[in-house]
Amino acid sequence: MMQVVLAVTAVIFSLAAVGAIIRISRGPSLLDRVLATDVLLAILGGALCVDMAVNRHLNNLMLVVAISIIGFIGSVTVARFVADRREQPNES
Amino acid sequence: MSPDSTGLDAWVDVLSAVFMIVGATMSLGAAIGLLRFPDLLSRMHAATKPQVLGLFLLLASIGLQMRTLWVWPVLLVAWIFQLLTVPVSAHMVGRAGYRTKHLHRELLTSDELEAVVQKAAAKAAREDGSGDG
Repeated sequence: MMQVVLAVTAVIFSLAAVGAIIRISRGPSLLDRVLATDVLLAILGGALCVDMAVNRHLNNLMLVVAISIIGFIGSVTVARFVADRREQPNES
Repeated sequence: MSPDSTGLDAWVDVLSAVFMIVGATMSLGAAIGLLRFPDLLSRMHAATKPQVLGLFLLLASIGLQMRTLWVWPVLLVAWIFQLLTVPVSAHMVGRAGYRTKHLHRELLTSDELEAVVQKAAAKAAREDGSGDG
C-alpha cells in the first residue's frame, strides 16, 4: 500500500512543482516569483517528508528542520530590497 | 505504539497514508491557487496551505510511520519553527506588495492600512513644514 501512496504523492508533488515553476517563470512581479519560490521550497520539504515516511528512515529530518528554520530568510531579504527600490521613485 | 497487534498497525498505516495524500494535495492546491488567483495578496493566501497544514500532516505521517516516541519532539520543533517564521516572510512580502501597489484595489473589501499611511504621510509633511519654517 505504501508504494501506491508513494506513487500518488509523487504525481501530486510533481504537478504542484510544475505549477509553482510556471508561476516563477511567468510571474508579473518579483514578489510573485518570491512567493512561488517559497511554495516550491515547501513542496520540496513535503516531498522529503513523504520519502522519509514511506521508506521509514530519518536521513533528511535535520534538512527539513533547517528548511523550516531558515527558509524565510530569502523571501524576507528580497521583499526588503523590493521595498527600498520602488519607494524612492514614488517619493521623488 | 507497539506493532504487535496487527489490526492497530494496519490502521496506523492507513491513517498515515491519508495524511500523506491530503498533505500532498495541499501543495497541489497551493500551485493551482498560484496559477489562478488574480493578484499577489490572494496568491499569498493560497501559498500558506502547504507551509502550515501540509507540513503538519506530512510530519505527523513520519511520526506515525516510524513507530517511535523520540522522533515526535523533533517533528514538533520543525513545525513550531515553521509557524514562527512563515508569518515573518508573509508580513514582509505583503508589506512590500502593498507599498509597490501590487494589488487590485477593487478586490479589497476594506483597507485599514490606507488611513494609517495617509495619517503618517500627513504627519511627516507637517513636521517637514515646521522644520523649514
